[in-house]
Amino acid sequence: MNQEAQKVRGLYALHLLLSAGGALAIVAQAMWISRVINAVFLGRQTLIAVGTDLLLAVVTVGVRAGLAWGTSLSAAAITIPVKTGLRARLMAHLTRLGPAYTSEARSGELVLTATEGIDALDAYFRDYLPGVVTALFVPLIILIGVFPVDLLSFVILVITAPLIPLMMILIGKSAGALARRQYQEMGRLGAHFLDVMQGLTTLKLFNRSRRQIEVIGRITHEFREATLGVLRVAFLSAFMLEMLATLSVAIVAVEIGLRLISGRMSFEGALFVLIVAPEFYAPLRLLGAKFHAGTEGAAAAERIFEILDTPLPQRSVGKSSIPADRTLRLEAVSFHYPQSSHATLTGIDLIIRQGERVALVGESGGGKSTLAALLLRFITPTQGQITLGGISLQEIALDQWRAQIGWVSQHPYLFHATVRENLLIGRPDASESALQEAVRAAGAESFIAQLPQGLDTPCGERGLRLSGGQVQRIAAARAFLRDAPFLILDEVTANLDPLNEHLIEETLRRLLRGRTTLIIAHRLNTLVDVDRICVLGGGRIVEQGSHRELIALNGEYRRLWDAYHI
Amino acid sequence: MANIEGYGMRIISEDQRPPSLPWGRSTIMRLLVLMRPFWRGMILAIVLGALTILSSIGLMATSAWLISKSALRPSIADLGLSVVLVRFWGISRGVFRYLERLVAHDTTFRILARLRVIFYSALEPLAPARLSEHHSGDLLAGVIADVDTLQDVYLRVIAPPAAALVVGWITVILYAAFDPFLGLIVLSGLILIGVGLPLITYSMGLRPGKARIEVRAQLQATLVDGIQGMAESHLYGFTHLQDQKLDTYSQSLARSERAMGRIDGLQSALTVLIVNGTALAVLAAAINRVEGITLAALTLACTAAFEAVTPLGAAAAHLGGALDAARHLFTTVEAAPAVIESPTPVPLPQDHSVRFERVTFAYRPTEAPVLKRFNLDVPAGDKVAILGQSGAGKSTLTHLLARFWEVTEGQISLGGIDIRALGLTDLRQQIGVMSQQAHLFNTSLYENIRIGLEGAADDQVSQAADQAGLHDLIRHLPEGGDTLVGERGARLSGGERQRVALARVLLKNAPIWVLDEPTAHLDAQTERSLFETILQKLSGRTLILLTHRRIMLDRMDRVYWLQEGQLQAFEG
Repeated sequence: MNQEAQKVRGLYALHLLLSAGGALAIVAQAMWISRVINAVFLGRQTLIAVGTDLLLAVVTVGVRAGLAWGTSLSAAAITIPVKTGLRARLMAHLTRLGPAYTSEARSGELVLTATEGIDALDAYFRDYLPGVVTALFVPLIILIGVFPVDLLSFVILVITAPLIPLMMILIGKSAGALARRQYQEMGRLGAHFLDVMQGLTTLKLFNRSRRQIEVIGRITHEFREATLGVLRVAFLSAFMLEMLATLSVAIVAVEIGLRLISGRMSFEGALFVLIVAPEFYAPLRLLGAKFHAGTEGAAAAERIFEILDTPLPQRSVGKSSIPADRTLRLEAVSFHYPQSSHATLTGIDLIIRQGERVALVGESGGGKSTLAALLLRFITPTQGQITLGGISLQEIALDQWRAQIGWVSQHPYLFHATVRENLLIGRPDASESALQEAVRAAGAESFIAQLPQGLDTPCGERGLRLSGGQVQRIAAARAFLRDAPFLILDEVTANLDPLNEHLIEETLRRLLRGRTTLIIAHRLNTLVDVDRICVLGGGRIVEQGSHRELIALNGEYRRLWDAYHI
Repeated sequence: MANIEGYGMRIISEDQRPPSLPWGRSTIMRLLVLMRPFWRGMILAIVLGALTILSSIGLMATSAWLISKSALRPSIADLGLSVVLVRFWGISRGVFRYLERLVAHDTTFRILARLRVIFYSALEPLAPARLSEHHSGDLLAGVIADVDTLQDVYLRVIAPPAAALVVGWITVILYAAFDPFLGLIVLSGLILIGVGLPLITYSMGLRPGKARIEVRAQLQATLVDGIQGMAESHLYGFTHLQDQKLDTYSQSLARSERAMGRIDGLQSALTVLIVNGTALAVLAAAINRVEGITLAALTLACTAAFEAVTPLGAAAAHLGGALDAARHLFTTVEAAPAVIESPTPVPLPQDHSVRFERVTFAYRPTEAPVLKRFNLDVPAGDKVAILGQSGAGKSTLTHLLARFWEVTEGQISLGGIDIRALGLTDLRQQIGVMSQQAHLFNTSLYENIRIGLEGAADDQVSQAADQAGLHDLIRHLPEGGDTLVGERGARLSGGERQRVALARVLLKNAPIWVLDEPTAHLDAQTERSLFETILQKLSGRTLILLTHRRIMLDRMDRVYWLQEGQLQAFEG
């Protein structure tokens, strides 16, 4: 985080300068005002006589306003590039970490970090850090102003000032923990309400919904009672801060008043001290209020930098082009996820010849999708190697290799763009007729025609919600449009009902024609017309052969088949 | 959190009527009426808030007066009262602030409880028909966000202007007592900061504010695309395009943030200008109007008084959001329930047959009907399977039978009695529904099952869990059946969540079972064993099985195919 702050050091310096200027203006304004009042009150001067000083005070106020503007602008100028820069760095790093890192399991949390996490930095850089700067320098300048006027007040200010941050730290630690627990409780309470609302239909089915009326009220009241106990302590910190600041002003006032009586101090000086005393404590008190925003921002930053510190996988620098021989060979390939305790794949030997259709079956968690990710080069084998026509896959230029692959996954992602744009991802330069042809081949023609704006209907969260089958067909159309020699189908029909499954299977059969295909399947009725079936179990290939051979073998495949078909 | 209280297992008497919503014309009045029961706390907090600011004013005024008086070298005894007052104000501010925060938070929690109870009671009869995601967007999420917005409407919107009014008038009257013109100056300054400045910044911020919201949404979508569509962007090789898009939106967000920053800057500059300008104006005007000894007090107290009006800008900003939320909530709860319970319900029949007669149903009048003159006759104790593709209307059958929606035409009867004549609680008592959308609450596994039967004994619950095939899972969970399942059952797999839903139905043991895809997401072997359990537990009860899997159909009495809103005989 400090590293980011370093980059905007110039702006911080400017911010500091403007804050210091503001403090000087405060001192000057107090000087003019006390001089005017002194002249009128004790010197019996007229309004005209003090006109110049009054005018100077007005000018000072104008300058102060200008400086306040500048201070605010510089704080914003510090934040915006930091946020923009971190956001770009975060996304660039995630892109380099690749799909294996941003897998479905944690994508939600990553999205939150990239959006709300970055926003939380706002409070840190815009309010908290500049607040620290102000709280350090403004009181210092006021102290310098007070020193020549009155030594005793100077001493009181010097002694009380460090008490405020000190108290903040002392109380802040315990009260902060209390307050945090408080916020968590509050969140949990909110979550309970949300939970009940979301489950309203279920509750109604079981005749439970009306009881919740009383429960919601009771829980909130119980929460209130528990919370107020905590707040009584947590609010003490604010109480002490207020108390210290106002009580110090009161002490200064009484102390200077008494010295005025004994004639050991001038009225003008006394008034000056009284005017600047509240300004002396103001930034310190404000900092207390911003402390929470500061800790929140720091927590967000911690997570962002944790991601940025995640080591990047070694990047393949392959430059070779695709060889004429398109035989894929997996030679003793093992893969071990860094966070996992055991290898997901061990010693996989597999040959996929050009035009061959190979199916991978086996229980979920058996490593089928990991194998697909290896072929897609989202991950690299921990041991062994994959070769294409005898050349290691790592040596082939990444973009060239991926251009060879069509991929339809279990959860294809539709981007926040129109249906057309989502299709053209497969082949950006495709002609309109090729696009129409792909849509037809994928069996997506009729439902796209029924969309409000046809191919130009926006998709994604803010656009249209399509059903699972429709999304699959758009993904299939993408693959048709891409027209790549290799095809990977990853559990395409896992979430579909029979009719949709049937429709998409016909589509896929057309798609398979003439392509080297790896089908990952969890339902077995789709597999009869593949050339070869590999049964994956415990990270190894346990059986391999045609459907007929495997049935005859009476092993794992037979067990799966029987269970499915009886 | 594993207690059952949180999920309403405690029995309360039925006659506890929920408070009802106030009706009236303006949104703000209706909101105030909602909060009326808490007027004591609200007034107390406002008074304490005003006293906090008045303490500051008092501190500066008496301090300034103290030193002015001291400058005239009186005897110390003459200063006695002002010394005491200065010390009093010095201490009282902290005390008042502390008490104000406690009272304000207490009141806020009370308001929150009432808001939740009131809106829940108003929404409960509307669910799910009037709240469903069916074509109406994420209404529920909106409702929750709205209640959250309203919970601190008092703290942020009502209290600050009220305290400002109290403090403002007291200050103005005090100044006017010295000289009416001074009162006028202070009044203008307070109005400028409290009303003028918020108006200026609001109108200036309208356009960049809107632009920022727009651009933020686009940026958010780009970030989601970048992360969740990572695999696709890598495979199709357009990560650089994503980067460019991110850069473009990031830049335009930065632009609109800079524009908003300029407005913030202007606001702080104008605040400094007006607050100090007013103090100087008071000083200049006071020179010829009041005695010299009060000059310092009037000048210094003036600055302190502005503390009352500076938060008004933020309050105004919150007001818009709060009113939108309130308006939205009021409109939502004003929707007529889809189903109105008969005021004189007929007692339940002993016969557990189900009959759909020429039922036509559309979710909205403008839409094509999902069911068209649909007929189904299930004699008591029969087992009927209805197959159909997704979207064919299988779930609609459940919705209609549980009377979440009303049939458009035709009738549904239970044991020969039109379900519209039955009490809603009675009707739903008769049917055990396992639906695809079953919600898992963020409580323990066992408590989630217990939803099925009020007051079920522990061993009944664990037995239902076993029968639903959850015993293996429970053995492996850290706290067994008492393990929390996470939000929407996030810690369980799809198949496990389904089994919990099934366990509820097994526990409920109603005379009519409606199972909607009970075995989707399960592997074939588990599916079979689960079906065996269902059939065994069914022992003579009526079963309507909605499925797309053609499995176990030989064990059914009849099998139908649902297509185009009508049933057809199914030929394997």
